[in-house]
Amino acid sequence: MLFRVFVKKELETLYEILAVNHVVGPTSRGMAKRGKELFAFDYLYDFQDLRLDFTTTTHSLKPFVLPFQETLSSFIIEDGSWEKHVDLNIYKQHVFFGVHACDINALNKLDKVLSEQAYPDPFYTGKRRNMFIIGIDCHPQPFCFCRSMGTDTVLHGFDMYLTDLGDSYFVEIQSARAWDILQQIPTAEPDEEDHRRFVETVEARNREFSCQVDTSDLTKILDLEFQSPVWEEWGKQCLSCGTCANVCPTCYCYGVSEHVDLDLQGASKIRQLYSCNLIDFAEVAGGHNFRPDSSSRLKYRYYHKHRGFQEAFEESLCVGCGRCGQACLAGITVPDVIASVRGQEEENE
Amino acid sequence: MEKGGRSYLGVEIKRPRVAFFELSSCEGCQLQILNNEASLLSFLSLVEIVNFREAMSIRSDDYEIAFVEGSVTRADEEERLKRIRKRAGVLVALGSCACFGGVNQLKNRFNDLEWVKHEVYGDHPVETREVQPLSAFVEVDLSIYGCPVKKEEVEQIVTNLVLGKSVDHPRYPVCMECTAKGNTCLFELGEPCLGPITRAGCDSWCPDNRMGCWGCRGPADEANIIQFREVIRKHNIPEEVMLDRMECFGGFRHILKEMKGKQDKGQME
Repeated sequence: MLFRVFVKKELETLYEILAVNHVVGPTSRGMAKRGKELFAFDYLYDFQDLRLDFTTTTHSLKPFVLPFQETLSSFIIEDGSWEKHVDLNIYKQHVFFGVHACDINALNKLDKVLSEQAYPDPFYTGKRRNMFIIGIDCHPQPFCFCRSMGTDTVLHGFDMYLTDLGDSYFVEIQSARAWDILQQIPTAEPDEEDHRRFVETVEARNREFSCQVDTSDLTKILDLEFQSPVWEEWGKQCLSCGTCANVCPTCYCYGVSEHVDLDLQGASKIRQLYSCNLIDFAEVAGGHNFRPDSSSRLKYRYYHKHRGFQEAFEESLCVGCGRCGQACLAGITVPDVIASVRGQEEENE
Repeated sequence: MEKGGRSYLGVEIKRPRVAFFELSSCEGCQLQILNNEASLLSFLSLVEIVNFREAMSIRSDDYEIAFVEGSVTRADEEERLKRIRKRAGVLVALGSCACFGGVNQLKNRFNDLEWVKHEVYGDHPVETREVQPLSAFVEVDLSIYGCPVKKEEVEQIVTNLVLGKSVDHPRYPVCMECTAKGNTCLFELGEPCLGPITRAGCDSWCPDNRMGCWGCRGPADEANIIQFREVIRKHNIPEEVMLDRMECFGGFRHILKEMKGKQDKGQME
């Protein structure tokens, strides 16, 4: 692994070098109630809009790799014949400038399902192959439990990863492209002092974590507590609105529907992301609904994230970003749900 | 493809005779359909419009699909609706007035309708009675929600009707469409919104423009009212604000009745 350091003012140069591509980064969305600043990932057109000091974003990077709606193919009928069009909807390299470890880990998890299977999803994979990712260290928020999920650090899946040392950035380089790009700005080999400051920064950040989830033996405990009355209680609170799935960086369930054009000369197949909390998620042809009540739907959401995925890939599908709990109007959070299933007092607030 | 011919799957394509009617309403839903100039010609070749007072002068009573906008507030409207029902193979309730009574039904909240009549019309009384949706008098085959309806949705529904495809409304609440856009939740900004309990399909039109949902499409299939009241309370929004909005279009009428019933029962105990 290669490490470099560069002074902070060079960041703008780095940005300008990369700006020939589409640049996506964290940017402000204004203030919410009680003076909380809101952030979002969006296309950037000015270095000044880049906010590497962002706390978290309400929504993850997911819409850039798995848009809520995406046309998979379209057909046009002409002169008794027909033509099919498939468009992977990616035309230019995307630079993701400033992504926290949890979100990079989320992409790595999505890869396992959507890119590394026998039938890779070309729409997702096409976008993933055209990504240049710059990670940035974070300041844990009171709802962040990535440390419990083992996603507070990221080992791969990025081109370079920045750590803020105050007056300079410590860069971890993972790709040849990143190395080449860094040749264009003055960087230096980190010295002893940089090493010391890096370790200090990392330790200071680790002390900031305040939210935890006890994941020990969780798959077994979930099996044992399948009939637990707590699911009923959480189900009563659930609004069945799908917000948690939309803000989740790893929820990938979708449905495909066909839309015929008004002039009957063409049609398209459209994929739309869905949520397992929506009432008709498990409804099948003939009208039978396997999960007609909100408590079983909510339960299966947790079983997929923390048990099913674990069984298939030996890791959880949850990265502990805490977005679902923050976005949930009913206030349902992962730490509270898991604690209640384990019979623990709700410790996190 | 030739009209009256076959689709690429060999299915016979019919060009149904379609009529538009309005009862008590602002006719805004019909206007929505006419508003879509870009696709109006395609729409007109998909169906044969034989009756559409807002758009043309020719009238025919020979139609297969009838779109009826508006609510029933007079005896003659009831008669007219029943006549339309007899002639139409498919009767579509177009817009929230036809589906739930719409804004018109706000007057139903007053106990003394004679007083209402006098307040509005003074010394020039007209015949008007309690506002009812179409389904109170005739069988409705299909409902298209919204105040006003969303033209793209109407076009998709009509296309599906012509093709014999099933028409599926979203069964989930507006939040699903709103969060998909990356919007900032209006509750975060201190705005009330009925998004969590209202049927989607509007493409979160109002919340996109930072206007909280008023519930014009009525409740989602699973509208968790008990928890929603809790959400309103937690955000320090007066319950009246929520009730006012739920009352506005009539879609939540049954839920409000149930809530009121429980409240009255609670008071008696």
